[in-house]
Order: sequence, then C-alpha cells, then structure tokens
Amino acid sequence: MRKIYYRDAIREALDEEMARDPMVMLIGEDVGPNGGTWKENRGLWEKYGDLRLKDSPISESGFVGMCVGMALTGMRPIAKVMFSDFLLVAMDQIANQMAKITYMSGGQKPVPMVLRTTIGLGRASAAQHSQNLTALLAHFPGMKIAIPSDAYTAKGLLKTAIRDNDPVVVIEHRMQYGKEYDMPDDADENLLLPLGKAAVVHPGEDVTVVTCSYMVEKCVAAAKKLDGEGIHAEVIDLRSIKPLDKETIIRSVKKTGRLLLVDEGYTSFGITGEIGFSIMPDVFYDLEAPMQRLCAPDVPVPFSPVLEKLIIPNETTIAEAIRKML
Amino acid sequence: MSLRDDPKLAASMYASMYRIRRFEEEVFEFYKRGLMPGLAHLYIGEEAVAVGACAAIRADDYVGSTHRGHGHLLARGADSRRMMAEILGKETGYCRGKGGSMHIMDMNLGILGANGIVGGGIPIATGAGYSCKYRGTDQVVLCFFGDGAANEGTFHESINMAAAWDLPVVYIIENNHYGITVSVDRVTKEHDLAKRALGYGIDGYTVDGNDVETVYDTVAKAVAKARAGGGPSIVECKTYRQHGHNGGDNGAYRPEGELDAWKQRDPLKLFREAGYLPEEKLREIEESVEAEIRDACRFAEESPYPDASELMQGIFYEG
Repeated sequence: MRKIYYRDAIREALDEEMARDPMVMLIGEDVGPNGGTWKENRGLWEKYGDLRLKDSPISESGFVGMCVGMALTGMRPIAKVMFSDFLLVAMDQIANQMAKITYMSGGQKPVPMVLRTTIGLGRASAAQHSQNLTALLAHFPGMKIAIPSDAYTAKGLLKTAIRDNDPVVVIEHRMQYGKEYDMPDDADENLLLPLGKAAVVHPGEDVTVVTCSYMVEKCVAAAKKLDGEGIHAEVIDLRSIKPLDKETIIRSVKKTGRLLLVDEGYTSFGITGEIGFSIMPDVFYDLEAPMQRLCAPDVPVPFSPVLEKLIIPNETTIAEAIRKML
Repeated sequence: MSLRDDPKLAASMYASMYRIRRFEEEVFEFYKRGLMPGLAHLYIGEEAVAVGACAAIRADDYVGSTHRGHGHLLARGADSRRMMAEILGKETGYCRGKGGSMHIMDMNLGILGANGIVGGGIPIATGAGYSCKYRGTDQVVLCFFGDGAANEGTFHESINMAAAWDLPVVYIIENNHYGITVSVDRVTKEHDLAKRALGYGIDGYTVDGNDVETVYDTVAKAVAKARAGGGPSIVECKTYRQHGHNGGDNGAYRPEGELDAWKQRDPLKLFREAGYLPEEKLREIEESVEAEIRDACRFAEESPYPDASELMQGIFYEG
C-alpha cells in the first residue's frame, strides 16, 4: 500500500495510457504548461508535447466537438471541461453529437472519447461553478458515466474509460484532488476497473446506503460512527452511473430491507429517484421501510459558505438519516 | 484551369450535378406521396457548390455535411441506392434506417456525417482536421455549412481554433440566402460572410456558387494551401435554395421575382450554356443518370423496413 494524492492518481492514469497508445491526447482548459487546473496532469505537457496536451481556448462546444471528430478518425481524445457547469455550454456536442452518432449512423463507427469534468460543493464557488449534473448527463442514451470516489477508482476508472470504444464521461470531485488516499501496490499500469460494477465499501446488514463520488467517504464515516451504536450500514460506491450495477444494490437491499440514497446533486429528478425506481420491482417485497434519500435541495448553489454548508450532506446528517430508517 | 481543357472532369461534374438534381426531385416526389417520413431539406439549386468542392479533394480526405446534405454526399460518391433507402427509413439504408435524411454517414468515403443541428458538424469536421495534423497525414477536410450556421457559436469557436493551429480544413459557406425562412440580409450587417476570415487571420473568398468551375478553382486553391500546412480558409459560395427550407415550405416569404432571377442562373443551366461539353454528351450523361436514379428509387421502395429487433441495437458500438 502506498499513499497518493487523487490528482496524482489521475496523472498516473493519463501518463500510462498516453505512453501505451499514441492516439490518446488531452485537450481542454489549462491542460498544457499549467498542468491542469488542479495540477492533475502536471509534467505531461513537457513529456508528450503540445499536440497531445492541447491548451484550448475557452470554447467548450468547439473542443468537445473536435474530440468527436478526432474519435471518428482513429484517435482516442480526452476533453477536459473544468467544471460540469460548463458542460451546459457544450451540450449539443455532448448530447446530440457525441452520444448519438454511433446509433444514428446505424452503428458504423464508435466514438471512443472521454469527457473529464469536475463537480464539487464546498469551495464557495456559487451556482455556476459547483453543481453536480450527473443526472442530466445520465438522462441521454449513448454515453457511459464513471464517477470515482478516491485515488484508486480515479485511476482505474479513467484508464478503463480511455480504452472503452464508446464515449465515457468521467466525473471527478474538486474537493478530492488535494487529498491523499491509499493505493494498493498492485494498482499498476494494468489497473482497469470495469464500468457497471459497484463496490461494497463498508459491509453491514441493517441499512443499505448507495452513493458515489466524494459522498462515499462521508457515508463510510457515518457508517463507522453508527457501528459504535450497534447500527450496521452497508455502503455501496456506485463507481459507474451508466451502466448501473443494479445487481449489487439489489443484493444488498434484499439483505438489509432498507435503502438510503445519498447524492450531492439536486434532489428532484436526480440519480437517487432513478435508482430507487429502477430497482423497485426487484426489492419491493423485501423492503421493511420506504426508501429514503439525502441530496442537495432544489436550490441554486448559494455562495455564502454558511448557506452552502446547509445543502451538503455530511457525516452527521447522513448518520441521522440512517438512524431514522430503523 | 478551364473545364474546356478537361472534358473528363467536366463530364463527371455534370453527371454529379445532374445526379443530385434528379435525386432531390425524386426525394421530393417520395415526400409528396407520403413515402418519405420526416423532413426533406432539398439541395436543388446549390449543386455546383458540392460538386465543385468535392472535385477538388482526394479519395482519402474528409467531408463534413449538414441537414441539407444529400448533395454533399452524392458529390462525394455516396451510393444513391443506400442513400435513398435511408431517406425512406429502410433497413438497407446507410444507417439501417436509424438516421434518416439528416444523419447519413459513410466513413469509407470519409463522410463524417450529415447533421441535424445547424452548426453542429463544424467542430466535428475541425476535429477531423486536428486528427489529420496529429496523425501526420496530408489529408484535408471540407466542412460544408450554410449562412445560417455561420451565425452559430460553433462557427467562431471552430474556425478560431483551426486558424490558431493551422488545421487543414476548408470551411465552405453555402450562402443560399435563407436560414429557414429568414433572409440572411435581415440578420447580418455584412452580407459577404467570407470577410470574417480577416478576423481569424486566414484567407477568405466570396465566389459565385452556381458556377462549378469557379467553385472548383477556389476550393482547389484553398485545399492545396491546407494540404501544404498553410492552414484553413473560408470559401463562401453565393447560391440559392430553389425550394423552401424543407418539403413542406413553399417559400412564400421570398420577394416576387427572386426565385425566377436565380433560376436564370441555375447551376446546371449555366454549365450547359458555357458549352463545356457538346449537347449530345450532356444528354448521354443524363440518360445514364436517369437509369441510376430509377434503380435507386426502386431499390429503396422494394427494401424492407428495419425489424423491431433492431430498435435497441447499436446504442453503443458493437464492432
């Protein structure tokens, strides 16, 4: 086991895949000499050159769409859009082009590209630099969505996404770039975490807690605290929103009879509602209590840290939500 | 270059323009008979743009197209049978009936796809240009779009990047004077759209888009520059959409006499009048194309619709 920063795990993934496949390149905001907004590709511009680490102008539609064209012509580009809020500027290229071309063309060509972006409440960045748009992206057919929770999953999912033949959105969390995590010794250049496979990260038998991204460690912290109270929550890290590993969730809920969904995105029409509904036919008669969820309320992300704090699920509110289910 | 000195090229250009004209007329017939589902965005009147431009590139180059794309695809050599079948929603179509008129693609011919979103294909074609440069080939990309798309943000974003990085892309503005029902003169101050090239630091040309020889010569110059590493250009071809925006639009908003005036400058008529080829040669070409179009229509009509089992296939790549 070694210690590694989340951002350096991303750099390892990029470095290894760029070394392995000359058709892999990264284009986006600040990816060149600056080494990425969070220094997550530091040193790669010097190593691989300007064509492969391409600083773009602030033209999200333009460079995301360019990646579609590159992917159709033999390359494996990665677009980096600094915040998921900015994806909205490029939404035609993402939802109408990137995600649909394979189907619309009758399956003629794959679009092997990755769209890396960042979410993250907690830095007082207000309503246009913080929001979690995972559900919006997941609504469209034709793209896969990976969402790591730590350095290990950040590396393993990104490497898989780069090698995948279809468009994959990888959603990183800005509060984690500067955090240190454990990385198993065998997580080398062959580390590939499958899309569509969730992980039970804290076992338990009383309540199932399904979550993703930075909320995973919050939920695990809450579960550990509750272990001391004799309440044993099982925490599932989704890792992949699309495809969704319903099997792992269903297996756990059949065991616990209770499900709490925790997400940093807006509550309404979000991933929690979709996951709950999609597994309902399989778990309805196993449930001992109604499913519950804990998400950000339906409000634009407020600026003042005092207000922002109120919308972010945390160890205390998660533990309280679990207790209430028993 | 004069087409007079190259009768072989002249013959192939006329065949291509006539093929597009007849193909589109048959598309419109299918549309009126209720056999073509969806929207028919016809290219009639603009044939010289696609044909002149596509004659100026190599077999291994790329072409990006639009919602009004039948002409670009045929000029690039797409199979009229599979095109017509796709337009009728048939299983034998280019996209197995899943794309339709606005989404025909043929990557074997370097056709990056028609595109239902105005301006949506410009970044994609620009990315293909980046790919040519990245892979170190001397391929070029022709990126077709209309005056309408020239007012989308993707136009600016893409051309700015292509210019900054000397990408081998030739941007061809088909200025057919209408974005849906709105005359370009009502929504832009400067009507010569190629003048925008100055702002990007690249070459821009405004040419007669109904004169196939002029289009060919201008695009050939821009292509040669792009192929040699000299970066992108804008070629604005002034032309005219002789039909409405789509099959259901009769163009009633056009000023009286405008259509007639442009029909006097119809690209096929101009070609004939220029006397590049003797009349009997033109008729011979027309007969041969008629047979091809009849065959394409029959093939499309007789082809089966996709099976219901196809519905959920191919959302992701299946190899």
